[in-house]
Amino acid sequence: MTVAADPRTGSRPSLDDLRRLSIETRRLIFRSIHHAGAGHVGGPLSVADLLVNLYFDRMRVDPADPEAADRDRFILSKGHSSIALYTVLALRGYLPVEELRTFDGAESRLQGHPDMHALPGLEMSTGSLGQGLSPGVGMALGARLRGLPFRTWVILGDGEIQEGQVWEAAFTGARLGLANLTAIVDYNRLPQFGWPDAAGYTRSVPVDDPGGKFRAFGWNVVECDGHDHAAIREAFDAAVAHTAGPTCVVAHTVKGKGVSFSEGDYLWHAKVPSADELARAEAELDAQLAALGGAR
Amino acid sequence: MTAAHARVDPLPLAGAELVPLREAWGHELVALAADFPDLLVLDGDLANSTRADIFAAAVPDRFFELGIAEQNLIGVAAGLATVGFVPWISTFVPFLASRANDQIRVVVAQPHLNVKMCGGYSGILTGKTGKTHQSVDDLAIFRAMPGVVTIAPADAVELRSAMRAMMAHDGPVYLRLTRDPSPVIFSPHHRFTIGRGVLLREGDDVGIVSTGVQTVRALEAAEQLAEDGVRAAVLHLPTLKPLDVDAIVRLAERTGAIVTAEDHSVIGGLGGAVAETLAEHRPTRMRRVGWQDTFGESAPNDALLEKYGLTPRHVAEAALAVMRDRG
Repeated sequence: MTVAADPRTGSRPSLDDLRRLSIETRRLIFRSIHHAGAGHVGGPLSVADLLVNLYFDRMRVDPADPEAADRDRFILSKGHSSIALYTVLALRGYLPVEELRTFDGAESRLQGHPDMHALPGLEMSTGSLGQGLSPGVGMALGARLRGLPFRTWVILGDGEIQEGQVWEAAFTGARLGLANLTAIVDYNRLPQFGWPDAAGYTRSVPVDDPGGKFRAFGWNVVECDGHDHAAIREAFDAAVAHTAGPTCVVAHTVKGKGVSFSEGDYLWHAKVPSADELARAEAELDAQLAALGGAR
Repeated sequence: MTAAHARVDPLPLAGAELVPLREAWGHELVALAADFPDLLVLDGDLANSTRADIFAAAVPDRFFELGIAEQNLIGVAAGLATVGFVPWISTFVPFLASRANDQIRVVVAQPHLNVKMCGGYSGILTGKTGKTHQSVDDLAIFRAMPGVVTIAPADAVELRSAMRAMMAHDGPVYLRLTRDPSPVIFSPHHRFTIGRGVLLREGDDVGIVSTGVQTVRALEAAEQLAEDGVRAAVLHLPTLKPLDVDAIVRLAERTGAIVTAEDHSVIGGLGGAVAETLAEHRPTRMRRVGWQDTFGESAPNDALLEKYGLTPRHVAEAALAVMRDRG
């Protein structure tokens, strides 16, 4: 994809380019989950803009040379949003877009949760929640020991940061002063199920103020709107500019973002869209694309 | 596994040099570091117990203290492995096999990363620390985990050779270490091979199959049996996975009566592995010496070995019993 940032020339995609890519990503997520008859929608839609921004605007990666020693590393700790990552990798050129139709199928490289050896571009196997930041610490430490300039980016779900291992890793990343490490919390505030309360069940935020908690563990913390490409770019700029230690970007997001009927509805955590729902979603996304001055 | 087992005469037990495996491990790491620039040691705040402190003092820039956080310890090791480093883990067995089990499963075993997981203080002899620190099920856990080579050396010589083999093997390995001094039974020329058993003693009356430092007690049992005119073979299996199936089957064919001996539960470890193998390949009368489906406690070593049935006498009695079973 020629729209991606090119570190050699310094060219970067326009914000509208990124917005168009986000819309296409959402369309492909809906289609893939509909086709597979399984998978997650809410989390992938909430994390879509962050992934588009990383892969098209931020990270130094080359799909033609996916094993380059100095490539930036990315770990999707919330592995159940795998379809969002596969989609962005496909748009970026790591795999044919048509291959997204194999998601979750027999012999597919696109496993339900990412398998690092199944597909070029996947840097770590994930799926059991709370485990992604620790390998990120290892990669960032490895870059330092090797004298390699790459950065490591880890996206965490705001639900999985209930896992204690996340905080073991947070402590370690700060103690080692890993300025080449960025954690991004997809702060969509909507868990799969929730907690009982007087009214029945409340699907309220699983961990309140993740930024304050990362700050307490010694991290630089930046907050941004996780669906606004200008704000995401600014937050990532701030993460790169901070050289005293690791940065946590708390990205305020909406689960199911971009399609009216999935936004903010916990039932879309892992719901499979029907043919009718897919058509309605595509119509909404077409309208968003038209509003940007583009057409399919 | 097609590896042909080796026939090796052990050194005499009487007057044998005593070396703690943990100390040999610390020193061999230093030696390996000189040959392998990518070797790192990651510790869970136990270096002066596991003796990773020997490495820390000699090669400080390749030693990383990651604190009391074993789940993170494994994840960091996995990340380093993706950058081409070979991390060796320093902690106690339960905090590795049990505490960090899911991390090992997901980021080490499933992606088959080159992490060397070393568990100190294995078995029941853990310096009076009791059941939280004793390991009854680690061999069962790692043996059942796809792709993880599982090694339990008998002495310091075999340990050093096994560590070389671990570096030559590209993939996850579990290494079972012990705390207290134990006799050196192998000559310096002994060479460990992954998957290969070692026949330490010939005998046609009964076959004793043992692993780890319990092999020393198996040899003592064979000597006791010899005094009663019973010729017991001793097959040492330093690798629980891959298992030397041929060596086990041949011993069963030769003796028709097998005793397993391990400082571990009889469920899922060596006893389980040998029983599974013989049930499939050559059904044979067996007795399993090891922990009988129980947790341990803190006590002096001799008292623990006696109470939990792990002494040479227990192995010898099991050998006589299985010979009676066979008829």
